[in-house]
Amino acid sequence: MRSDVITAEAQGAAGDVTGGSEPVRSKRTPDSAHARRRRLWSKIVLYTLLCVLSIPFIYPTIWMIFAAFKPTDEFFQIPPTLFPENWTLDGVSKIFTVTPFAQQYLNSLYLAAVITIGSIIVCSLAGYAFARVRFPFAGKLFLVLMSGMMIPGEVTIIPIFRWVADLGLMNTHIPLIVLPIFGPGCIVGVFIFRQFYLSLPVELEEAGRLDGLGRLGLFWRIALPLSGPAIAAVAIMKFLSSFNMYFEPLIFLRSEELFPVGLGLTRYQDGYGEPLYNTQIGATALTVIPVLIVFLFAQRQFVEGLSRTGLKG
Amino acid sequence: MSAEPMGATDRKVGRTPGPRTGSSKRLARIDAAVGLSFAAPAVIGVLVLGLVPFGYVIWYSLHDWSPLIGEFNWIGLDNFSRLIADDTVWSSFLTTFKYAALLMVLNITLAMGLAVLLNQKLRGTTTFRAFFFSPVIVSAVAWVLVWNYLVAANGGINGALATIGIQGPNWLRDPTWALVTVVVIQVFKGVGMNMILFLAALQNVPAELKEAARIDGATPGRVFRSVTLPLISPTILLVVMITTIGAMDVFVPIQILTQGGPGRSTTVISYLLYRTAFEQQDFGYASAIGVVLFVVVLVLAALQWSSRKRWVHDEV
Repeated sequence: MRSDVITAEAQGAAGDVTGGSEPVRSKRTPDSAHARRRRLWSKIVLYTLLCVLSIPFIYPTIWMIFAAFKPTDEFFQIPPTLFPENWTLDGVSKIFTVTPFAQQYLNSLYLAAVITIGSIIVCSLAGYAFARVRFPFAGKLFLVLMSGMMIPGEVTIIPIFRWVADLGLMNTHIPLIVLPIFGPGCIVGVFIFRQFYLSLPVELEEAGRLDGLGRLGLFWRIALPLSGPAIAAVAIMKFLSSFNMYFEPLIFLRSEELFPVGLGLTRYQDGYGEPLYNTQIGATALTVIPVLIVFLFAQRQFVEGLSRTGLKG
Repeated sequence: MSAEPMGATDRKVGRTPGPRTGSSKRLARIDAAVGLSFAAPAVIGVLVLGLVPFGYVIWYSLHDWSPLIGEFNWIGLDNFSRLIADDTVWSSFLTTFKYAALLMVLNITLAMGLAVLLNQKLRGTTTFRAFFFSPVIVSAVAWVLVWNYLVAANGGINGALATIGIQGPNWLRDPTWALVTVVVIQVFKGVGMNMILFLAALQNVPAELKEAARIDGATPGRVFRSVTLPLISPTILLVVMITTIGAMDVFVPIQILTQGGPGRSTTVISYLLYRTAFEQQDFGYASAIGVVLFVVVLVLAALQWSSRKRWVHDEV
């Protein structure tokens, strides 16, 4: 109700402004020197503010890259330095030997790939069903999904831990794959696909029907090929969250060869006598940099895709 | 799968010329089968891996269960009365609330500030947006590990402070600073996401409305308060809810940075739950803690949602 009034007002105002904005502007511009200087100053202030605020967001990543090439005694040096004074490959050279880092990296990539693909299948099917198909109990089943979202994962891990143990699946990747694809983690993805399929024009499906497509054909030949933005959003979300998985592996895995990188990174800290700061930081950098590079290339679609779905990963 | 032949018959039905009324019953039957089988993996998954385990947690919470000893005894509500008498649980909930409240305030203010800054007509905002957003995509473990070095007693932050003559505390080992430090690290990690959501909302505020208010003589601050804020209030509610619920089960930074210490100063409830279950093997008691955590999250979400009539302008 209220929003209608506001949009009406907005349109009215828009009319006024387009008619009247020119004189308003020109009234402001003539006092050139003074106004221009003020605008320049406000620009300088804004840019300075943005640069200062950026520091805690990007400095850690930059520091990490160079810290990998520092000897360990330079880590805690006063005054602190960003660049190594004595460049060394000591730390980097051990990355692959102290822990099965390469294996862990592959584990993460493989888990993330399987979970992402599995999630897209499960979420697109369910999203399509809830958006487009009339079937019995649809409302009630949707409610089941909704209620699953309120339960924190830490709470349900206790019985799931027991089942995994009873089924003999401890120290395997199976629970790490099954949980995020089918568990409550899939709900957000289902929502994204449902929202997207709801917005597809009905005429498309009617045309498909006339061309002789059945339900499966409508999904497979029309809806799915058009759902690029939804697939991208779910894929990004799922890839990041599964590549960075920590809690579930901590519970279900014992052997280091099966760890994903996130869990593996924490094991440089103890158990080796000497601290391996630079090795740990180097390994950390190796897990972060590929993700950052992909992000920098695709950041526009990436950020906008996430903001459009309005949901967190 | 089993739905494949159904699709084939469906296609034939679609091709038959003439009015569709005769086959509509059949179409409805096919839709029912397709809908149910499409929804099944997700619905059954959430049921079996979310709701059923939660039922089990309630059941467990009424038992004394230690897998080490192999006991599973019905004790009724004893776990809950133990929980009420347990200082550690109370202080963990208090810590969790402190954590969530501090994180919320810092995160929302900073996110809003950054969004407003980036909404200015400036060149290079895309680059700055990428900077602020980049920690979101970095893994929690990596982010926390790097900061672990920066906030160490003789790490980069204190080194920088020392150059201007300030002796910084040992951030993560000092009971008064540990929780704040974890919060600040987490704020930098996650604020980019909220900033993007606010930015998207700000860009949807019609420029004409702000222009009109300005012509009526409103100061920029007044325009923001009276025009912009009400229009983006639905996004604020969404962000507040997501951020609080997320803060209530923080785990990774606590486990890696402080292990709940020093003392109990950073023992949040999900970390206490993890330790009770997987280190002390006290599964029944951990389940009781889990049930209480769930109730608290539910109440918080309900409170925030029901408060919307008072301050959220536009129903979505």
